[in-house]
Amino acid sequence: MRRIVRIAAWLYALAVYGFIFLPVIVLVLFSLQATSFPIPPFTGPSLRWYQAVLSDTRLTSALVNSLAVAILSSAAAVTLGFLSAWGFARFTLPSSTLLRGLITLPLTVSYLIIGMGLLVLFNWAGLPKSLLAAGIGHVVINLPLCFAIIYSQMGDHQINIERAARDLGAPEWKVLLLITVPVMAPAIFAGFFLSMTFSWDEFVISFLLTRFDTTLPVEIWNLLRSGLNPKTNAVGSLVFAVSIVLVVLFELTLLRRTPA
Amino acid sequence: MSASLVDISSVSHRFGQQVVLKNVSLQIEPGSYTILLGPSGSGKTTLLSILGGFVTPSEGKVFIRGEDCTSVPPAKRPTTTVFQDYALFPHMTVGANVGFGLRMQGVDGARRAAKAREALALVGLAAAFDKKPHQLSGGQRQRVALARALVIEPAVLLLDEPLGALDLKLRRQMQDELKAIQKRVGTAFIHVTHDQEEAMALADHCVVMNDGRIEDEGPPERVYARPATRFSATFMGESTILSGTVTEAKSGTVTVATSAGPISLPGAPQPGAKVALAIRPEHLVLGATGGAVALGSAKVRDVVFQGSFKRILASSVEDPTLQFIAKAPASAAVQPGDTIAVSCNAGDIILLTD
Repeated sequence: MRRIVRIAAWLYALAVYGFIFLPVIVLVLFSLQATSFPIPPFTGPSLRWYQAVLSDTRLTSALVNSLAVAILSSAAAVTLGFLSAWGFARFTLPSSTLLRGLITLPLTVSYLIIGMGLLVLFNWAGLPKSLLAAGIGHVVINLPLCFAIIYSQMGDHQINIERAARDLGAPEWKVLLLITVPVMAPAIFAGFFLSMTFSWDEFVISFLLTRFDTTLPVEIWNLLRSGLNPKTNAVGSLVFAVSIVLVVLFELTLLRRTPA
Repeated sequence: MSASLVDISSVSHRFGQQVVLKNVSLQIEPGSYTILLGPSGSGKTTLLSILGGFVTPSEGKVFIRGEDCTSVPPAKRPTTTVFQDYALFPHMTVGANVGFGLRMQGVDGARRAAKAREALALVGLAAAFDKKPHQLSGGQRQRVALARALVIEPAVLLLDEPLGALDLKLRRQMQDELKAIQKRVGTAFIHVTHDQEEAMALADHCVVMNDGRIEDEGPPERVYARPATRFSATFMGESTILSGTVTEAKSGTVTVATSAGPISLPGAPQPGAKVALAIRPEHLVLGATGGAVALGSAKVRDVVFQGSFKRILASSVEDPTLQFIAKAPASAAVQPGDTIAVSCNAGDIILLTD
């Protein structure tokens, strides 16, 4: 009886993980297809579609765009998130709880709404559709996340460390740069890598806010309009690989904190 | 301007509605070791924060070396603080921690390292230069914090319960070292504690605080032997306290009516004045062949063996609310439940006017 339960539990777990990972496995598998259609039977393995992706200048420039937007928007989001977390943690602000709630509110708003709102706003302000506009959109969605991560790690035990630095003659900007930032580095890097992960495969906002130069998810969508082929699988697998690297970096930076 | 190194002049402070310091004035001499002693909530830590520049007092002024420092930020005043939790910079080596203050002054790397090594040698940690704070024990971190604060040669070093986080044995050891280091560098130390043994062992000048006021200040020997108030008589060491009223006063001798009977002793208060008489445990004499002043008899409630002596708690037979705290030799054959005569000598009684 117990044996049956154990086997059932294993089957259940297998079904759950299969449900989650099967689409990804299929995507990656057929990116290695040797023939022109990503449908069984599997004819590979072959890297010809990866070669095709890397020789497609539209895809490679979209990949570079995506990386640039991810890095720059994450850097901006983490800087602003850090400064607001520091402000909330170290100073008594009027209606601090309300303001803290407001800063994390975008986490609950759908990307579509944020994208549309920014589209209307940029249109009114005269900022054309561009990678810059999409990058600003990514700052809007990632800043609350960075704020929440950094604020949660900014405990009272660092207050005396900052005080000690001030006491030893450090002006405020040096306290921030030489003490607070290095002490908070794990949370700051965690925020940065998580932001990059979200920016890297964000579609809706980039779709609404870019026109000629665009990001990789939007370019993939363009590619999909002309039907499925192993090239879309190959580029999708590349996106997935980068995401995995970013998530691993995120987890490593968070876990590295434990010995200290 | 006075010649004092630090002059705290009529300082009061409020946190919101709560008054934590009430018109405190205090002078600190160069090269002295001052202890601010008091229970938690007495305002001693707030006073230290005001000296360090972390808190600006609601009223009053603070002069350091004759300069008005009342609202000068910590970075710009000639004080450094050793924090209770040490507050070492966890991402820097011990050497970089100690050199931080010099770095902020723009001292170049080589001179900084040399001075940091010197300061670490002073606290007996020369070998720890390249280590990280988390590799050190609590006592070693304490010394690093001390070296870091001393290396920039402050006029006054402020220590906020520096030994509070250490275990008893280490605390006593660090206590001796603190005193030795202070004598060597000659910097004025101001040290906050609630531990009266620490206060007596370290202080040149002991300041007893309670409820936002200074109750008593002076050399610890004087504060212990002749406390100025009832509070300092009970906080700095233990005392048996007898409340009473002066019934007679002539030629420097007063007679006080207490629940243990009338007691005559040297003093000046006028008849009718309410007074308290404090007697240190070592001055209470137990047994028939006692001192000149009889204090009635008492029923022993508890005998606590403390190694070199026995601490005896007893209630007066005449007035059960009166509690005697006495010290007897370790060999004394006193048992709980015994009834015993209590007496003392008039010269050992401390007269406190309430």
